[in-house]
Amino acid sequence: MMDDEVEMVTIYVMGKRHRVPAGLTIMKAMEYAGHQFRRGAGCRGGFCGACATIYRTKGSYKLQGALACQKIVEDGMYIAQIPFSPAEKKTYNIEELRPDAGVFLEYYPEIARCLSCNTCTKACPQDIMVMDYVQAALRGDVEEAAKLSFDCIGCGLCAVRCPAEIVPYNIGQLARRLYSRHIVGPTEHVLKRVREIEEGRFDEEIEELKTLDREALQERYETRERRL
Amino acid sequence: MKRMSGYPEYMQESLRLVEKTRPERIGKTFPAMTAEEKERILRDWHPDYKEESKRPLRIGPCKGQVMPHEVADILEAHPAITPDEIDLTDIAYDLDVLVIGAGGAGLSAALLAHENGVERDRILMVQKLRLGDANSKMSQGGIQAADAPDDSPTLHYLDVIGGGHFANDPDLVEALVKEGPDVIKWHEELGVIYDKNPDGTMQLAPGGGTCRRRMHSCKDYTGLEITRVLVDEFLNREIPYVEFTCAVELLMDDKGQVAGSVLYDLDSDEYLIARAKSTVLATGGFGRLHIQGFETTNHYGATGDGIALAYHVGARLRDLDSTQFHPTGAAYPEQIVGQLCTEKLRGRGAQPVNKYGELFVYPLETRDVEASAIIRECYERENGVVTPTGMRGVWLDTPLIDIINGEGTIEREFAAMFRNFKKFDIDIREEPMLVFPTLHYQNGGVAINTRSETSIPGLYAAGEVAGGVHGKNRLMGNSQLDLYVFGRRAGRFAAERAKKISLGKLTLSHLDRYERWLAEAGIETDRRAPILLPEYRGKRTLEHQLKLL
Repeated sequence: MMDDEVEMVTIYVMGKRHRVPAGLTIMKAMEYAGHQFRRGAGCRGGFCGACATIYRTKGSYKLQGALACQKIVEDGMYIAQIPFSPAEKKTYNIEELRPDAGVFLEYYPEIARCLSCNTCTKACPQDIMVMDYVQAALRGDVEEAAKLSFDCIGCGLCAVRCPAEIVPYNIGQLARRLYSRHIVGPTEHVLKRVREIEEGRFDEEIEELKTLDREALQERYETRERRL
Repeated sequence: MKRMSGYPEYMQESLRLVEKTRPERIGKTFPAMTAEEKERILRDWHPDYKEESKRPLRIGPCKGQVMPHEVADILEAHPAITPDEIDLTDIAYDLDVLVIGAGGAGLSAALLAHENGVERDRILMVQKLRLGDANSKMSQGGIQAADAPDDSPTLHYLDVIGGGHFANDPDLVEALVKEGPDVIKWHEELGVIYDKNPDGTMQLAPGGGTCRRRMHSCKDYTGLEITRVLVDEFLNREIPYVEFTCAVELLMDDKGQVAGSVLYDLDSDEYLIARAKSTVLATGGFGRLHIQGFETTNHYGATGDGIALAYHVGARLRDLDSTQFHPTGAAYPEQIVGQLCTEKLRGRGAQPVNKYGELFVYPLETRDVEASAIIRECYERENGVVTPTGMRGVWLDTPLIDIINGEGTIEREFAAMFRNFKKFDIDIREEPMLVFPTLHYQNGGVAINTRSETSIPGLYAAGEVAGGVHGKNRLMGNSQLDLYVFGRRAGRFAAERAKKISLGKLTLSHLDRYERWLAEAGIETDRRAPILLPEYRGKRTLEHQLKLL
């Protein structure tokens, strides 16, 4: 696919220099350069966080975070993947917890050390207001913490960068489960339908469909009422 | 009028036409096709219906089943290992339940095996990549379940079986639709955040081929939200798991039962024996085989390992002739070609239009029909937009979503789509996406019954690796549901079995039998399967490679 006229850029993968076509994502550029991923690649579409990467661009002192599958290489870019962060995840029974600040302080007491420096937010490749949801959890505002953290893909870059050694993505996960389980609660019409199914309310209808021959079933399908 | 810089100059005229026709398209739709029209367009334009893209399988119990060459290639291949390389007396893990794969189906199976009385140290989950890294996590648009007052499992049944061209296993469809609402209930108990209306009811959207609004969503991160909750719960239960460890073959015993797996550690390159009374195959689909050269929406690990493993022990397969091409994969920009543009976009009002800004298809046909219509528009009628790399596509007019549902809808409900395109300076609130069908889902797979049992005792399958639930075409939101319905069943019945049976002497003699099948069919090849990881390295690199270490 690549022809000779394609513009090339220089990148450094863990310090080693490679010439790769401009316009590739970090992931595709590394493959072009000869890497076959075992760790460090996942969904390749920005949904899983397996390809967390730290990079620095030419002439800059800043270390920045990105997903290798989403970030386009730049000339002079230095790249190191961080596909794993050895962060602690506490275990709990979600049913027994109460949705308040005490939960976060009990399981992740380091949250109280948050300096509000915003390093986590700057590191986030999803542009999530990470510090804001950590602060919301600290205040006991579970709903706010759940909503602000919702787009988190758990890549771990916030935890790697946090000077207070907080693991924001675990706090977000706990907040979201607490919010759904204990603040929003179950949905009435879902519970009602589950009971109806348990009582066998649809058994006969479905049994009847199963006895129809192909033609009769197709007729039922084609003529079913659409209510969208 | 301001113009974004996301699309090249030569596409601007077409974009202006889309913008011009937009006001008159509001509230309008293109008529849905009749049954005859559908049949014709599928025959003429769906990639599945190209005879030359497939062949009948030449070996094993499913000899004669027609499937894409790429799939037949991994089945007509040597097993990855030979029995004499492996010491079966050196057992690394002695288990009741082994779960292979850690996406939605595998996680559900492990949780349910645990809840059904298997001690956690007698369960092991192995995963080729990371815990939770799977297609399950990439699902955007939603999950179907018939829990709305004007809906019913019966209507859901009709949609599933009609959408699948009546090729589905009716018992599996019944299990799917009847268990749907219970899956949603289970998710909410675990702490999944579903989108809701202000009155507390579920916010439900239509999908292609549904007769009711039945799609439950978590913004456009539905699979991510459900998977990460299941992963969190799985970790809370402290069930043992090993990441970056593949199943390279299944083990059998001298009583003809599946008895675990030969594992392969991707870090150390060593093999490990896991002996298990029940084995759950939850390895996902085959998108990374790039059927007919199509780009794919799939996860890096989706290399069809499960069907190869299952066929090596002689398990029955079905419906592998049928592949799902999602109608709307990104066609531009080049960096994200093939990535999913969720069907929920159409569910919320986005319309596919051609380069003149004209409607040409009902936006919510079933996926096979919708994809065929887009291919026809590009290749027969030549009404597509050609990209700088020569690809063709049609516009998916997303700005309509905010016009119809109110400003802010796209940012709120399509955070992932908005974010992924914004990186390339395309603001989908103001400009359409350019789309073309992309390889999305393995419709068929290992045949199962309603207990998620395969045709070989001791082997269970659930999720995309299994076949029969969706027939020849899956509807949006039914694979998410499938994962939990059949994943949970696999875990429950695998646990039940483990309490009752005993294992005999371990063997890999089925691999010798497989070699005999290959030899008898006169198949000479250096292909091996499962392939485990796709190969995307540069051509020059591979030509110069030495295997020294």
